[in-house]
Amino acid sequence: MKRRRMIGMAGAGVGLAAAGGAFALSQGSGTVPVASSSGDAIPFYGVRQAGIVTPAQDRLHFVAFDVITKNRAELVTMLENWTAAAARMTAGLDAGTMGAVGGIPESPPDDTGEAIGLPASGLTLTIGFGPSLFTKFGLGKQRPVALEDLPHFPGDAIDATISGGDIGIQACAHDPQVAVHAIRNLARMGMGVVSVRWSQLGFGRTSSTSTSQATPRNLFGFKDGTANLKAEETALLDEHLWVRDGDGPSWMTGGSYLVTRKIRMIVETWDRTSLGEQEAIVGRTKGSGAPLGSSGEFDEPDFSAMSGNIPTIPVDAHVRLAHPTQNQGARLLRRGYNFVDGSDGLGRLNAGLFFIAYQRDPRRGFIPVQTALARRDSMNEYIRHISSGIFACPPGLEAADDFWGRKLFT
Amino acid sequence: MRRITAASAASLLLLAGCGSSGDDSSAAAGSDDKIAVAASDTACEVAKSESGAGTVTFAISNKGDKVTEFYVYAAGDRVMGEVENIAPGLSRDLHVELTAGTYETACKPGMIGKGIRNGFTVTGSAAALTEDAKLAQATTDYQRYVKSQTGALIDKTTEFVAAVKAGDAAKAKALFPVSRTYWERIEPVAEIFGDLDPAIDGREDGLEPGQDFTGYHRLEKDLWQTEDISKSGPIADKLLVDVQKIVDQANSASLSPLQLANGAKELLDEVASGKITGEEDRYSHTDLWDFAANVEGSQAAIAALRPALEEKDPALVKTLDERFAAVEAALETHRSGDGWKLHDQLSQADLKVLSDNINALAEPISTVAGLVAGK
Repeated sequence: MKRRRMIGMAGAGVGLAAAGGAFALSQGSGTVPVASSSGDAIPFYGVRQAGIVTPAQDRLHFVAFDVITKNRAELVTMLENWTAAAARMTAGLDAGTMGAVGGIPESPPDDTGEAIGLPASGLTLTIGFGPSLFTKFGLGKQRPVALEDLPHFPGDAIDATISGGDIGIQACAHDPQVAVHAIRNLARMGMGVVSVRWSQLGFGRTSSTSTSQATPRNLFGFKDGTANLKAEETALLDEHLWVRDGDGPSWMTGGSYLVTRKIRMIVETWDRTSLGEQEAIVGRTKGSGAPLGSSGEFDEPDFSAMSGNIPTIPVDAHVRLAHPTQNQGARLLRRGYNFVDGSDGLGRLNAGLFFIAYQRDPRRGFIPVQTALARRDSMNEYIRHISSGIFACPPGLEAADDFWGRKLFT
Repeated sequence: MRRITAASAASLLLLAGCGSSGDDSSAAAGSDDKIAVAASDTACEVAKSESGAGTVTFAISNKGDKVTEFYVYAAGDRVMGEVENIAPGLSRDLHVELTAGTYETACKPGMIGKGIRNGFTVTGSAAALTEDAKLAQATTDYQRYVKSQTGALIDKTTEFVAAVKAGDAAKAKALFPVSRTYWERIEPVAEIFGDLDPAIDGREDGLEPGQDFTGYHRLEKDLWQTEDISKSGPIADKLLVDVQKIVDQANSASLSPLQLANGAKELLDEVASGKITGEEDRYSHTDLWDFAANVEGSQAAIAALRPALEEKDPALVKTLDERFAAVEAALETHRSGDGWKLHDQLSQADLKVLSDNINALAEPISTVAGLVAGK
């Protein structure tokens, strides 16, 4: 415990030192310091889990586990060990106390070693629990009503083998080696207790979670996440992102619900679509990202504007259908990533968007927005939703003797 | 610690190659006791040609341009210890427990051939792991197990070979997985004897240019894929000769406790890498016979070490017991008659359950060697 506390303190120190050149998120309950360079550590302990409003790092390794033990104590022990390892790894240390090269020659090392010499790289590890976990270990009463497997949306082509899972862990970092190292070590520590159900690598964040970040582009070449919730918008985050007292079981108060969707993009047909049609589908210009009919990226889209007798922003444009004004004000915090899983054997890139969104309640967030998009979005011709996941992410760990899932299991 | 300076990073990288931190937390001999080996593409300079008995540590530096390997052989090219895949510029340590006798060391630049050999003499009788009475008993007990398996291996292989030579394909097919069971239970022992393992159990895609495709898997291909065993007689004869050789050697070999511990893990690694995927018995799909035999062999090695492990880490023994039981239970669901379902009759979900159970067992088993070495 003492060692973990020391690491926690060290991590906090790095964050505070970095906060001089950054901002603080004041929510009456905590701050979100930002690493000042891409090598720095992001504090593991805090009111919120890191990796949600943390300015989106460049790389992702997301993993979903099935719990395969029937022994609750084994699962709890693993979560304790995971937490200790996560605290260490996010601080830029080895997964275990012996380390990659510190043990005896006859034993396998307790860290896999591929991150030797690499800095913390802004690694965050964010955990969430899936609906299927709650039918195990008699956790049914603790299950939030909001945590329900996502419904089938029109056009969904969901592959169950790369969907769902009892536990989801999002590893984000500025260095893919660091993100992969973290997931690999957690998977290894979990053998016999959990089994990797599926995992996904991502690169090139496709949204901004802070006003300090430029809006990135997705693989369609368009800016993505212009209207995203930002870390600085504290009142909006309280309204749309963080679970409040009374929303559901108390263990989730201060947490958030995570939705993942793997969206394959048929980039070859998109690439032969005219610029005008691409812009009409998205509802924004490709160059600046401004809404059609406007000039600045952050201009509010004018859905009433007409060009002659047709709407300037088409009725089936992505930006219109996804916009809060069209969805009872629903706002999501997106932090998705591009993916390319090689090619598909037909000469096409197996590529797309690994969509990640956090929200206070998926029933008022992702579900209505995706329902509208799935029915009418003209972009659907170029995309397929092939994986789906939902996870309840508890609040952060405030002390080094706390562990992931403690309030749920004790 | 991962956060390190550039200077210490360089030295750590070297140490990473050694597999030893070199500090007081290591069970290995201090650096003063190491025998330096300067390996190049054309030379293998071993700093000393003799040593006292006990754990001998070689520090191999690859100064050549080719990836190299380093071996210590006892008489008859019995592998006492080896380090593989030493990349140019890297250094690795080999800890090997040697009793009094004459040995050969070998560097294998390019990882091929007989290597560049030197004589090595060990004298005295100091400090062997087997001085621990429980560990000594473990090797004796395991030796008995090896003997029982090699007896059955010879019997069943003789029957299998006879069926092939008689042209009785049906009988040969039935005996193929059965004879292999005894082989697969003691495979790490067999692997100690260098060239025999590929001759007996090599797969077609593992051959080097100039090597013949012989052994079990050649006959498996003749039986199941080519479906022509009319010309398989010489291959069958050679298999029996090779198996007899390895049986003779295995029965006279004495294994160290570390070899037992590593063997238990390696058997599960065999399952995880070759049997789960169906690569091993790709023509017959009888992989589950091998799977079960590997697990049984691993269990036998752990059983021999059990008294020693109970003393060092009773919680680990309990974990291993539970996880061996879980593997058996998972495997049991695929029983078919006196044997097992074929690999291609299992679904991806079936295989994942088996894989999860093997990984769950192999992780704790991987810590056994460290416990044994820690004394």
